[in-house]
Amino acid sequence: MEFVGIGVLSWITFLPIIGMILILFIPKENQKAMKWTAVAATFLQLVLAVMIYFHFNKGSLGINTQEGMQFVEKMSWIDIRGVPWFGRIHVDYFLGIDGLSVPMVILTALISFIAVFASWKIPKALKGYMAMLLLLDTGMMGVFVSLDFFLFYVFWEVMLLPMYFLIGIWGGPRREYAAIKFFLYTLLGSVLILLAMIALYFSVTVPDGATGERMYTFNMLAMMNPANFQPGTLLAGVGTYWRHLAYIALFIGFAIKVPIFPFHTWLPDAHVEAPTAISVILAGVLLKMGTYGLLRISYPMFPELANYYSWALALVAVINIIYGALCAMAQQDFKKLIAYSSISHMGIVLLGMAALNTQGMIGAVFQMFNHGTITAMLFLIVGVIYDRAHTRDIDAFGGLAITMPKYTGIMTVAFFAALGLPGLSGFLSEAFSFLGAFQTHRVLTIVATLGIVLTAAYMLWTLQRVFLGQPNEKWASLPDINGRELFTLVPLAVIVLVLGICPSLLLDLMTSSLNHLVEVVRAGAVL
Amino acid sequence: MVDQALLSLAKFLPEITLAITFCLALLVGVIFRSRPRLSMWVALLGVVVSIALTIREMGITESVFSGMIAVDPFATFFKLIVGSSAIFIFLFSLYSAEVLSTMKRLVEYSSLLVAMTLGMYLMVGATNLLMMVLSIELTGLSSYVLAGYTKEASDSSEASLKYIIYGALSTGLMLYGISILFGLTGGAMDIYAINRALVTSPVNPIALLVASLLIIAGLGYKISAVPFHFWTPDVYEGAPITITAFLSVASKAAGFAMLIRFFKIAFIDSSAVGLPAGIWITLQGFEWNKIIAILSVLTMTLGNLVAVWQNNLKRLLAYSSIAHAGYMLMGLAILSDKGIAAVLIYFVVYMFMNLGAFYVVMLVSNKTGSEDIDSYKGLGFRSPFIGVSMVIFFISLAGLPPTAGFIGKLFIFASLLDAKWIWLAVVGAINSVISLYYYVRVVRNMFLRDPDENSGPLKFSVPEIVLLLLLVVPTLLFGLYYSPIVDFANASARMLGVH
Repeated sequence: MEFVGIGVLSWITFLPIIGMILILFIPKENQKAMKWTAVAATFLQLVLAVMIYFHFNKGSLGINTQEGMQFVEKMSWIDIRGVPWFGRIHVDYFLGIDGLSVPMVILTALISFIAVFASWKIPKALKGYMAMLLLLDTGMMGVFVSLDFFLFYVFWEVMLLPMYFLIGIWGGPRREYAAIKFFLYTLLGSVLILLAMIALYFSVTVPDGATGERMYTFNMLAMMNPANFQPGTLLAGVGTYWRHLAYIALFIGFAIKVPIFPFHTWLPDAHVEAPTAISVILAGVLLKMGTYGLLRISYPMFPELANYYSWALALVAVINIIYGALCAMAQQDFKKLIAYSSISHMGIVLLGMAALNTQGMIGAVFQMFNHGTITAMLFLIVGVIYDRAHTRDIDAFGGLAITMPKYTGIMTVAFFAALGLPGLSGFLSEAFSFLGAFQTHRVLTIVATLGIVLTAAYMLWTLQRVFLGQPNEKWASLPDINGRELFTLVPLAVIVLVLGICPSLLLDLMTSSLNHLVEVVRAGAVL
Repeated sequence: MVDQALLSLAKFLPEITLAITFCLALLVGVIFRSRPRLSMWVALLGVVVSIALTIREMGITESVFSGMIAVDPFATFFKLIVGSSAIFIFLFSLYSAEVLSTMKRLVEYSSLLVAMTLGMYLMVGATNLLMMVLSIELTGLSSYVLAGYTKEASDSSEASLKYIIYGALSTGLMLYGISILFGLTGGAMDIYAINRALVTSPVNPIALLVASLLIIAGLGYKISAVPFHFWTPDVYEGAPITITAFLSVASKAAGFAMLIRFFKIAFIDSSAVGLPAGIWITLQGFEWNKIIAILSVLTMTLGNLVAVWQNNLKRLLAYSSIAHAGYMLMGLAILSDKGIAAVLIYFVVYMFMNLGAFYVVMLVSNKTGSEDIDSYKGLGFRSPFIGVSMVIFFISLAGLPPTAGFIGKLFIFASLLDAKWIWLAVVGAINSVISLYYYVRVVRNMFLRDPDENSGPLKFSVPEIVLLLLLVVPTLLFGLYYSPIVDFANASARMLGVH
């Protein structure tokens, strides 16, 4: 699919940048124009995502086969020849998507569009805010469509700075601390990924198409083929010491993003201080980049270690689930509660991944998508009440169901989806994850199910404290949810409902790719 | 003999140009007393001509003046770095309130800058111990005076004095090391002859170690490697910003060129056979690259950790430049041409981003009169363009994509991992995380804090902005398309071979 000779994936990635450049040229006073430019950019992006959804070939495998990748764009970006001692340096501009990335592409476009509307009332420096938001959008989308490791890394890092500014300039009282903590943590993860990336680069060679001369490559698909690892290089062989190190470096890099216990401490701070729309993006898309990286890079490139460490992954998954839920239960701050519930829910993704079978894998990726939509709703809901009451203290409210009935209605959908009520999308993905994990990690899965009970407990308890009981006099005059806020919440609620009843709308896209991913990992040697 | 000297002169045109420019700048200053700016233009023109002549020498590999100086791609590369920095410094000076405030000394300023440039041109090519010492001295003497250029300010005189004392001490140490080496090798002055002597008749390893440590002390002072860095923060803080910027880029480049050339020629086992192309090994029983590795770890770690506590931006950048010297030393420790190429790539990148950061400091200090981090509060709102440029320079210094600084780090790390120096790469990577913290402290003040009341927007003239763009654009562009600098650096990693 092409428009004006440029592939659809380039468009979907760089549309926000075009929007950003336009916004930079709009005079400071004209705030309306800035907002609508941002809306236009993200809306067009969403339209492209929908088109991709309908044109996506459901049967193709992807993962490690270029023929299985769709909407592929491949151009030589940097090609340095004739260097006697560096080898030939070659970096491609290589985009493509398969069943693993397509749900993330759709999710990113959707959440970005909604985030723009959630940012309608930004009080200061709107121009900078919108520019940063759109730059962040490009970074996120780029990560999900890149198939060249170098390109992937550039997009991965491009997000850091806008996120730092978005939390740091437009955040809450402790924004400076939260912003720098986020920045340093993620950079630490990034440099580990960088080192692993370079080690992979120096281990993998492919023949040049024209001359047959072997050259180093950043091509991710080439890195997934064990035959391309040159004997004697750092990462050649199976289960060697260096491969363990590289796998662990990549794991920590991605774990910080997920975040996996004990690397999670930046998340509650960042969430509490970030403005609503940024929390939505953070929970909705950014966290998924960690698990996406594990599935796209760690698993197929180090299959034997994915097998070897699957019990460890299951263990941290269980810790995430239980620890996140217990922390959530102890929170007074509404937003912090949602933040910890994210940690708990991402644990379910990890558990599904650790299962290393089709059910688990489908559960994991489906849960990534569902968590994106459900948590985005939860953060929007907190934002609505915070905009009105200027407090997030759970105990300060009570009986809001009487004063804000419409709000309570939509909130109920989100809360029940989060605690995994059958009929809503969250239930299915959790069920798949547990089903898959039960076959491989029986005891740990049984422990993990405790998390479901805990989640139901804190969700219902919160619901009770905020919305039920005696109405608090102080909040009697709060206006109910308005049209713009409904506009951000309703589409998400509809998706949660529809996918709960008819999950095949999304599952069909990813099943064959994820099946193939499981095969690739299973094909790895047993250590 | 005379013929050879005459032939050599033809390969010595850039240096001759600078020598003539130095005299002309002084002469013009004396003749046109009322127009001191004129000598600055003369100096600038002279440096431009010398660069043009250097470009003509690209690709030549030759030894001139009977083995005193090498004209090879490696030297040419560093001459271009030094020369371009000098041009930038002259352009900065045209807008520096600090420099222009002492108009009547502008003649000395311009001519001494040329002399310093000349010294560095000689440093990067020197292949004889005598030439090495002389060129270091020429560079040093000019820079001592320039560091104290604004002598009315007490910290400037202090800077100058400290610089001289440390400089004298380190040159003394180096001379002592050289004399030991001279004795050990039976009176060889030419570094190729030294190498031949060391390879053919092994010497007492302890004596060799002492000699090389003393020489490292002398060169380490030039590149401000820990523990020879003590002068750096004070001198960088006290000297005029333009001179600080020049010291942090050109002086460091010249020091590195000399360090690399000396160790690569004199202290490797040139008789070894069967090595893969571009890989060298140290002399038997004298693994000096371990010393360099330890030095690099100390340099980057201390530089970064101390920078975290700085509140004066010039001091902060001083420590950051110490840390960058540490990153670059890693490239030398791995004993391969890849490592050298990575250092060269880093220098191209470093020139743009570091000069850029100093230039912004100068522009802001022109308006606010302060280099304190607190005076940067809300700068991003007072002057968005300056603020954004500074952010670009800083994330480049921290090594984040899509800026050129990332490419520099990438190639350093790549050469380390390729040579399987994993632990050193990990130390370097952790260091770059630490460095982000202090760079972001400045960014935080610029964008996350509101400006003080009664501080309005800052306006800058068009030429000032254009000059800034000349530094911002390459910093971004080379991050996205780096083939030219990698090609250039790879072609320049060739030194005059052992003969």
